[in-house]
Amino acid sequence: MRWLDFVRPGDWAVAAAGAGLVAVSFPLAFQAGVAEKAVVKRGGEVFAELDLGRDRRIDVPGPLGTTTIAVERRRVRVVADPGPRQYCVRQGWLERPGEIAICAPNQVSVQIKGNREAYDSLSY
Amino acid sequence: MSEPNAPAASRTVALLTTPEDHRIAQLAAAAVGLSLIDAAIPLPLPGIKPGLANIVTLIVLARYGWRTAAWVSGLRVIAGALLLGQFLAPGFFLSLAGALGSLAVLGLAYRLPRRWFGPVSWSILAAFAHIGSQLVLARLWLIPHNGLFYMVPFFFVAALGFGIINGLIAARLLAEAPADAPPPDGEVAPLTRLSADSGVPHA
Repeated sequence: MRWLDFVRPGDWAVAAAGAGLVAVSFPLAFQAGVAEKAVVKRGGEVFAELDLGRDRRIDVPGPLGTTTIAVERRRVRVVADPGPRQYCVRQGWLERPGEIAICAPNQVSVQIKGNREAYDSLSY
Repeated sequence: MSEPNAPAASRTVALLTTPEDHRIAQLAAAAVGLSLIDAAIPLPLPGIKPGLANIVTLIVLARYGWRTAAWVSGLRVIAGALLLGQFLAPGFFLSLAGALGSLAVLGLAYRLPRRWFGPVSWSILAAFAHIGSQLVLARLWLIPHNGLFYMVPFFFVAALGFGIINGLIAARLLAEAPADAPPPDGEVAPLTRLSADSGVPHA
């Protein structure tokens, strides 16, 4: 093979390292599996588990008022929240396992769970 | 008085260019041509490109060193963006980030012992640095969402594959035009070879 003549010994090592990086990147990117349900918590306790396959809308009462959460087309979002800064509402749709919207002032959170438990976050 | 522009016309502005300027311009032109070919190749995922122009960068790096490679790469990014109508558009900043990232890594890879590490190593390392810095910029600015990282495995596969292919092409072109015959001023031998050969790697 003529092309192989241009590969020096260290090049194989670099290519192998690259292949290793590729191999590691797949499970890291898809570690959390498929989104299955949304877990709604209030005050740290599970309030409801919503099946993502069924569109619905629930109201969660909290200390400030009612937080409304909606499931639609395998996604979930916080539709309305009485909190002052609206971070969880502005986060929009959640669709990947591990994604979470936290309405801290009203003590409500909604998180997507997959078929496997993932890490909350990874830093490199 | 009746000829207000006569003095200005008689004064000629001479731009002095060195042979190195000519060389950089010619190599950058080859790189721009290849990046136009790059842009014309349809590929399934946005963000994945063969990066043929980087073959030129690798050859320039081996022949003329990092400084010239940086000039050629920078000119290619700017001129390529102007020709594609992308100048100062998001795509321009992405390719600028990619070029800066891979140049930084090439500056280090270039110092690896030549006996062990050749253009193939440089190319793979530069390809990963390229997509890595583009991902950082995209995550910080264009797509501030972690969903971007679900594409990372595909980007990495492309970086490895195209990195190896481009490195092999660069190594072959370097071997076919030996460096011990420096090109005469005003004419750059590897450039003509390159533009004739690199688009279609014949096995």
